[in-house]
Amino acid sequence: MQPKTLFDKIWDAHVVKQVEGGPNVVYIDRHFIHEVTSPVAFTGIENRGLKVARPAQTTATPDHNVPTIEQDKPIKDEESRFQVETLEKNCSNHGIQYYGLGSQNHGIVHVVGPEMGYTQPGMTIVCGDSHTSTHGAFGSIAFGIGTSEVEMVFTSQCIMQPKPKTMLIKVDGELSDGVTAKDIALYAIAKLTTSGGTGYFIEYAGSAVESLSMEGRMTLCNMSIECGARGGMIAPDQTTFDYVEGRPFAPKGEAWDKALAEWKELKTDSGAVYDAEFHYDAADITPMITYGTNPGMGVSVQGNIPSGTDLEGTDKISFEKSLEYMGFSAGQQMLGHPIDYVFVGSCTNGRIEDLRAFAAFVDGKKKADSVTAWIVPGSKVVEKQAQEEGLVEVLEAAGFKMREPGCSACLAMNDDKIPAGKYSVSTSNRNFEGRQGPGARTLLASPLVAAAAAITGVITDPREL
Amino acid sequence: MPIDKFETLQSTAIPLPIENVDTDQIIPARFLKATERKGFGDNLFRDWRYQKDGSQNDDFVLNDDRYSGSILVAGKNFGSGSSREHAAWAIYDHGFKVVVSSFFADIFKGNALNNGLLPVVVSESFLEKTFDAIEKDATTKLTVDLEAQTITNEALGLSESFEINPYKKECLLKGYDDIDYLIHMKSDIESFEKK
Repeated sequence: MQPKTLFDKIWDAHVVKQVEGGPNVVYIDRHFIHEVTSPVAFTGIENRGLKVARPAQTTATPDHNVPTIEQDKPIKDEESRFQVETLEKNCSNHGIQYYGLGSQNHGIVHVVGPEMGYTQPGMTIVCGDSHTSTHGAFGSIAFGIGTSEVEMVFTSQCIMQPKPKTMLIKVDGELSDGVTAKDIALYAIAKLTTSGGTGYFIEYAGSAVESLSMEGRMTLCNMSIECGARGGMIAPDQTTFDYVEGRPFAPKGEAWDKALAEWKELKTDSGAVYDAEFHYDAADITPMITYGTNPGMGVSVQGNIPSGTDLEGTDKISFEKSLEYMGFSAGQQMLGHPIDYVFVGSCTNGRIEDLRAFAAFVDGKKKADSVTAWIVPGSKVVEKQAQEEGLVEVLEAAGFKMREPGCSACLAMNDDKIPAGKYSVSTSNRNFEGRQGPGARTLLASPLVAAAAAITGVITDPREL
Repeated sequence: MPIDKFETLQSTAIPLPIENVDTDQIIPARFLKATERKGFGDNLFRDWRYQKDGSQNDDFVLNDDRYSGSILVAGKNFGSGSSREHAAWAIYDHGFKVVVSSFFADIFKGNALNNGLLPVVVSESFLEKTFDAIEKDATTKLTVDLEAQTITNEALGLSESFEINPYKKECLLKGYDDIDYLIHMKSDIESFEKK
């Protein structure tokens, strides 16, 4: 038999039909939905007189619009409240499991899925959100879809997609102290550019990737979309199995043994060929930060903004526009630049490990007075864990206050907006113009870089504090 | 929902020579709160079209009276970022039927095709020459022929063929969508599930 990549094995096992001259009809095992990209899809199937075909394979939670304070009170913003209520009503009408505000399992959809055990190796997983790529950390094919495709899944539990090409990103060696999964992601995207992965599905491998915890793996896979790839995945191993075992929706008993035997086969065959390969040395990766308006515009926190002298045409126009928006100049040093806000949270870095790393760093130190910091857990489960582990006390002693879970200032659909012109060191995934509010200036970084900036009030290398 | 049929379009075009135009620029997140698919065109490129005080930004091309038409010509890597289909809805709702670029982000491309908005991939040189031509003469017309898979700038005597998946081409020409197709797959899907 022809050796196959992990991606090919899972994809091929889910193709219901190859349309002649067209896409694959791909079967979807798990569908996650939230309030923003689902309402039009629900209306679509209802207009066709249909019900959701496989409600048991869909899970819902509102996340983009939810406030991060006073979640026990009605949402103040009328449109946000209506959108969340619409999700709840649609789920109730179609028999879909819904974790709403007030539920102990509420949170960001990409945090809730794995922690509830819905996300498992070998699955195909979709959601109307590009960061669905997060779930690939478990050795599944997970990717973001549009609302028309959400409607397709509702209708048929399938979508129609051409098969992407495969890319291997191999990171070997040992990560230095202070270097995290987020830094691997920002490093790889800076190398590949924001469009370098377009048309591909990434498999991450190598000893540095294998050494990551499940949470680190989720951070890395979460950012795959930022180089244009449809998703990223990591072959499941003992780290994966240990994480999944015992979670509410994980297989139990005999079903667990059977699943485990299958999951152990989920790896790329030796001799399998990828359409593209990149090899990086973990020793070359340092704490990273972005300076521009796409996630590919990143440098070592110790580095300088590029000079841009080698650019011409639309490349030059875009680079200059980006620096003008950010209030930066070509060649400028990143270290020491004053910042105004710090945001820790989102589906990229809102997990317990991120809060632990942030809390351990700020323990015994004090937040800079000039900095407003929003520490937002990814889910109620993470919030509870942070309380039980004493992280909340550590944060409070250092001058921080933890908020309630949601997407928050990652995309500012709720009230958590960075004011125009202000600089925000953010653990989220996007630094687009206006992403954190109109005119906001976002610098993407790991929780450690964010913690160092929160303490000093300027861009700081966490290894030097 | 069924899509509008697309055959041939001849139109003047609006130039946007910026790279990596992400979906947050096409439609900022704060305008995604609607639960119905309408009116997104009003907020297309919202933060580029309007100043912070809400007044019109005269420097932005959509506010430039010289330019009009139902073809948007954009810099490479158009539509990166979020999977929000609202981006494709906003462009279509504003009156565009075609977006031309040398490179599109994957999910955006799929979303566009699912909504009758045709993404046309051209070479870098075609794109550069087209930007120049439109900037020199805003009445420059482009012709997009889906059946022949060609895009032509007659004034320049420039024509290129473009790729489109044959299935997607058929859907656009006939106004079918994938859901129509999947509904007819019911028994195949059920047998797949039993495997």
